Amino acid sequence: MSFLHSLADRDRVFDFLVPAASPVDVRHGPILYLDGVTVSFDGFRAINDLNLTIDDGELRCIIGPNGAGKTTMMDIITGKTRPDSGSVWFGSRHDLLAKSEPEIASLGIGRKFQKPTVFEALTVFENLELAMSADKRILPTLTARLTGEIRDRIEEVLATVGLVECRQRLAGILSHGQKQWLEIGMLLMQRPRLLLVDEPVAGMTEQEMERTAELLTSLAGKGKQSVVVVEHDMGFVRSIARTVTVLHQGSVLAEGSMDQVSHDPKVVEVYLGADPDEEAA
Amino acid sequence: MHCSSSWLTRPFRERATQCFLGILLAALAVVTLFNLTLPAEHPLHVSTYTVTLLGKYLSYALLAVAVDLVWGYLGILSLGHGAFFALGGYAMGMYLMRQIGDRGTYGDPLLPDFMVFLDWDALPWYWLGFDMAWFAFLMVLLAPGLLALVFGFLAFRSRVTGVYLSIITQALTFALMLAFFRNEMGFGGNNGLTDFKELLGFDLRSDATRLGLFLATGMALAVGYVLCRAIVSSKLGRVCVATRDAEARTRFLGYRVERFQLFVFVVSAMLAGVAGALYVPQVGIINPSEFSPIFSIEIVLWVALGGRATLYGAVIGAILVNYAKTVFTGVMPDAWLFALGGMFVLVTVLLPKGIAGLLAYRLRRRRPPPSSSPEPTAPREASA
Repeated sequence: MSFLHSLADRDRVFDFLVPAASPVDVRHGPILYLDGVTVSFDGFRAINDLNLTIDDGELRCIIGPNGAGKTTMMDIITGKTRPDSGSVWFGSRHDLLAKSEPEIASLGIGRKFQKPTVFEALTVFENLELAMSADKRILPTLTARLTGEIRDRIEEVLATVGLVECRQRLAGILSHGQKQWLEIGMLLMQRPRLLLVDEPVAGMTEQEMERTAELLTSLAGKGKQSVVVVEHDMGFVRSIARTVTVLHQGSVLAEGSMDQVSHDPKVVEVYLGADPDEEAA
Repeated sequence: MHCSSSWLTRPFRERATQCFLGILLAALAVVTLFNLTLPAEHPLHVSTYTVTLLGKYLSYALLAVAVDLVWGYLGILSLGHGAFFALGGYAMGMYLMRQIGDRGTYGDPLLPDFMVFLDWDALPWYWLGFDMAWFAFLMVLLAPGLLALVFGFLAFRSRVTGVYLSIITQALTFALMLAFFRNEMGFGGNNGLTDFKELLGFDLRSDATRLGLFLATGMALAVGYVLCRAIVSSKLGRVCVATRDAEARTRFLGYRVERFQLFVFVVSAMLAGVAGALYVPQVGIINPSEFSPIFSIEIVLWVALGGRATLYGAVIGAILVNYAKTVFTGVMPDAWLFALGGMFVLVTVLLPKGIAGLLAYRLRRRRPPPSSSPEPTAPREASA
């Protein structure tokens, strides 16, 4: 009987009617929506009633002192950590909490880790080739051919991340900055809708930082990707950010333009009474 | 390297493969010519004894290529490939035993001599079918392939890698050796299988058959080499190299790493089986000593000496080391193990990329090519 009731109950669409690989629905604006997310490890609340909305095509910077919950937040979005309560939506159709890590990745959420990991014994071109979304079973991989279409796609990404000249160079001999860009390129090969980038400029030279800032701002935009950057370097954040979110003790402390945020008394207090600009120095 | 041709024809367009095949085929032709046309007293005459010796080296070379495929490109150090080699050899040996028929010492039309000696009255079930060549040759591929499939499935699924996997492969071959030593197993115990008469109707003691076996081994090496090149120069080969250097990252890109490992491992085991099957009729015996752990370690030494992840390096290493072994064990039998150990130490210290690395270096100095062959990354240096 209860089964019949559930059939008659039309509050929601049956699960099996929702196509698994349906595109991300951003008609209502946000591409990522975190609502009341809480997670604790052994009683310590790493994330505490976090609410965050990222719009389609937005470039958002997230800053905060150590232990503010930045990495845990990334883990929750990518499905690595499950929150105790709250909800996380990708577009208005995909409930990320009901999906596994690979499913979330194939929906179009790409994450760049802090330490660049590229395949050092392969060329830049081959690195991008492996990263491309394709049939990744054994026989299709064995018989895969490099068609003009694939080549064009790789060249396009090479141009975006500025590694055209290094195409045939082994990834192992790239500079630290170039490796970071290559890894961003590997994410782009999977045509993501949302890029999560963890401390992209750590260990970079001034020049490399500038190039990275240009790259990240060029990636974000309507119809392209939305980009979320977690970063410590205030100078860098100031150079790219349109909107900045400050996390503190697992929830949002302040949100707004860099100027608004850096003059917010709460933020100043969190950063040990120091101006955030100086904190970075 | 990035041509859009089919994966099987791709190797034929590579210079290195063309060179390798050219040298191999030329060597086969020269040996055949010198063996057949020159009179026995001519200084350049190649005796049938030498032809068979060279055939043995070539089967070892195929075995080394199989090991290089999993070690060089996939990063799996198998210390048990002798087991797959021996299984292929036993499958061939069982066929050769059945071919003896009633010409054995005891003249039993059905049972091999050792079974008569042990008072067995019927052929064990697993000996059935080995009187048919096609079945036996199929088993040459299937027996090592199945063992590799089951073993690899369990090992890779539980993500056993590195030194632990090496130890388990070593244990595998050791266990098989102990099992095959037992008379009750029905594989001739410690004497193994021997006293073969003919293969496919050809007398194994005739010069022509011996030359034919040598040529067949050479062709098997050529085919095996091209097959391995086709695998490593495909996208699958690049996934293997990626797995070798950063397994977690490869998995994160969406590749089911354990399946790729299993696929390549099984292909490699089958190649080793073919090498064993070609080895047995040339040396005339197969016994459990081929399962011994030390033999499997020796194979790895050939590959290390020749140079990892080049395939042709494995061939050079296998032939050179075994030639040296033949010479040494003739002149100073006791010194061989010292010489082998010494060679290994010298090459590791002076030529970390093996003889192939030295060759590639020489070539590169003559003409700087835009080379980008996937060589294993030397001990990682912090690049930051």
